[in-house]
Amino acid sequence: MTESTAARHPRRSSKRTSGSDGGSAAATAAPETPGAPAKKAAARKTPAKKAPAKKAAAKKTAAPAKKTAPAKKAKPARTAKTAKAAAKTAEAAGKAPVGSRPLPQGDGADASELVQLLTPEGERVEHPEYAVDPSPEELRALYRDMVLTRRFDAEAVTLQRQGELGLWPSLLGQEAAQVGSGRATREDDYVFPTYREHGVAWCRGVDPTLLLGMFRGVNNGGWDPNSNNFQLYTIVIGSQTLHATGYAMGVAKDGADSAVVAYFGDGASSQGDVAEAFTFAAVYNAPVVFFCQNNQWAISEPTERQTRVPLYRRAAGYGFPGVRVDGNDVLAVLAVTRKALEHARSGQGPMLIEAYTYRMGAHTTSDDPTRYRRDDERAAWEAKDPILRLRTLLERENLADEAYFAGLDEESDALAKRVRESIRTMADPDPMAIFENIYADGHSVVDEERTQYAAYQASFADSADFADEAGAAAGKGH
Amino acid sequence: MAVEKMALAKAITASLRTAMEDDAKVLVIGEDVGKLGGVFRVTDGLQKDFGEDRVIDSPLAESGIVGTAIGLALRGYRPVVEIQFDGFVFPAYDQIVTQLAKMHARALGTVKLPVVIRIPYGGGIGAVEHHSESPEALFAHVAGLKCVSPSTPGDAYWMLQQAIHSDDPVIFFEPKRRYWDKGEVNTSAIPGPLHEARVAREGTDLTLAAYGPMVKTCLEVAAAAAEEGTSLEVLDLRSMSPIDFDAVQRSVEKTGRLVVVHEAPVFYGSGGEIAARITERCFYHLEAPVLRVGGFHAPYPPARLEEEYLPNLDRVLDAVDRALAY
Repeated sequence: MTESTAARHPRRSSKRTSGSDGGSAAATAAPETPGAPAKKAAARKTPAKKAPAKKAAAKKTAAPAKKTAPAKKAKPARTAKTAKAAAKTAEAAGKAPVGSRPLPQGDGADASELVQLLTPEGERVEHPEYAVDPSPEELRALYRDMVLTRRFDAEAVTLQRQGELGLWPSLLGQEAAQVGSGRATREDDYVFPTYREHGVAWCRGVDPTLLLGMFRGVNNGGWDPNSNNFQLYTIVIGSQTLHATGYAMGVAKDGADSAVVAYFGDGASSQGDVAEAFTFAAVYNAPVVFFCQNNQWAISEPTERQTRVPLYRRAAGYGFPGVRVDGNDVLAVLAVTRKALEHARSGQGPMLIEAYTYRMGAHTTSDDPTRYRRDDERAAWEAKDPILRLRTLLERENLADEAYFAGLDEESDALAKRVRESIRTMADPDPMAIFENIYADGHSVVDEERTQYAAYQASFADSADFADEAGAAAGKGH
Repeated sequence: MAVEKMALAKAITASLRTAMEDDAKVLVIGEDVGKLGGVFRVTDGLQKDFGEDRVIDSPLAESGIVGTAIGLALRGYRPVVEIQFDGFVFPAYDQIVTQLAKMHARALGTVKLPVVIRIPYGGGIGAVEHHSESPEALFAHVAGLKCVSPSTPGDAYWMLQQAIHSDDPVIFFEPKRRYWDKGEVNTSAIPGPLHEARVAREGTDLTLAAYGPMVKTCLEVAAAAAEEGTSLEVLDLRSMSPIDFDAVQRSVEKTGRLVVVHEAPVFYGSGGEIAARITERCFYHLEAPVLRVGGFHAPYPPARLEEEYLPNLDRVLDAVDRALAY
């Protein structure tokens, strides 16, 4: 999840070149100008130092040779995490487990444990405990949310392929789980997402273009969590479930009737922090809904590598209710999440929802699912597509006409266009941004390093002029 | 109020009490902090007076304690978390380093994390493994965190007040072997800045820089050296992140020699950072290399060996002699 965006965003490949348009590939950067370092070095005054007599004069006379700015290479940094992921997939390939895995529902649960209100065929069905009675307008709104979310997500994948983003974790296939749960929340509720909750962000009213910043590499988060009660994306797996629980403990202390939703996945269910979040939420009766999107895969590892019981049943061990819902059924997710939120609001404490869904795409744009899972598994889930089944219902019941769908297509295209334009005009941060917002009350080491780095940057002012001249001269030569 | 003589642990209790009286958002959270009053009795009586809702006995899960404290801070609370012993902080290390330290920056400054993590640290109490460690460098190395350690009851009272008032996460290292040392606490005095060093004893020949439990040791060293005619200045750094390098520089420009003393292992320890920075700042004032006295690059030893491991009067004097011999 933490691959670098460096490949697409060459900074100045050298202080001595003026190329910093941010759009060209590193390979096209101007070759280093041989004359510049000499000028830079010559421009630098040898610092005058007074050596106290008591020191041996020879000890420290020559000023240290100033190094010229190293060329910044635009190559993607591989983190330990991605290396680990690569090792995992390599191992998976070596053992050739592909195809050895039973199709979903292989965890001992039977179909009766799955709450469903809209079948893959678009049929409304009843459930004894969960009901929802949306108006045609509400059905269309849910459909619209899912279509726009999918379109936004697809655009982000394209932008990554075009080099505008370093990485993108697609939510393809999980639209119903996210829109159904997101739309169940109230404005004063608070959401703690992973890094894939683009659909929930959409429902919370977060400007989708804000989600792209960290994946483009211009920030590490990029929005005010309190604007939409939507916390920043959390990359370390499962950590946010504790933050959600603590926040919910605070809500309860305040006597408010808001609730909190903690999103996480089947992989995160193995994390100690998630277990601790369950424990804390249970013993403090915190108003938090644990919303697990079981999309069957934690990068290359199937759910069988995380659990031998259906995940929702884990709640029982902590003393609160758990329910498994068809995560591709937006109506069921809406109904179940509403009920869980009501449960939390009314002082009954936490609840675990396991939204049983499927990650149709790769883990991220850097992943290659062909190394570890079968095509027919994906095909089986395509038949359960969350958007298609609602469209079938809308069409069969004449709840939306051709003009509505055509209008929505136009809206989707407009959204994609806005996202595309916004990313292409997203400016790289100022280098001095490195030193911003590290501390609320400041820190003398940060202040010192900021000052030193600003002076260092300023020391290149001469050579920048020189580079401009050199560039102009080179231009004449062509 | 007036000046009162109290033990360092009791000064912390008094400080927590004041903070909780002043601000209803201040919470105390930790293992056994309620009825028991903590294993060192630092939170003694607080739950009785402020209730279970504000003095919270937590499940026995340090990552959970810090992780939920982050959530409470996001909700507007000011949690003061107690980690029972230094060696028990590591289950929470991920939450502290990855989340607590960085969330303010991640949110571009839009959220604040006023969380204080109190850690009784250091050795000298004859305890079992994981009860005597000094992990401060592991936290000082992380941008976004601040680390402080008082050496006197007066500082313990005021520095904790200031840590709780800070909008940044502060790791508050409590010198547990000094918990029962008494000193004056003036609860009406206006304290200096939290991260400013204090000259604990003036001297002219060499500067001893220390914090937390080693300040007392260094004062004893200075007294012993004075008998031999050597004048040592003792600087109580008080803060390990940031470090008041200006104060160290002022002292070293006067004395020309510096020995840094801490219980933590010397290797990659805060003494190394101080030595490097002071060498850079005071190169022409230094009469000797900056020397360090501290723990060895070894696991904290069993209690019967800890006196060998911890810097004591003789080991510090040995370093003083070596520095003076240049």
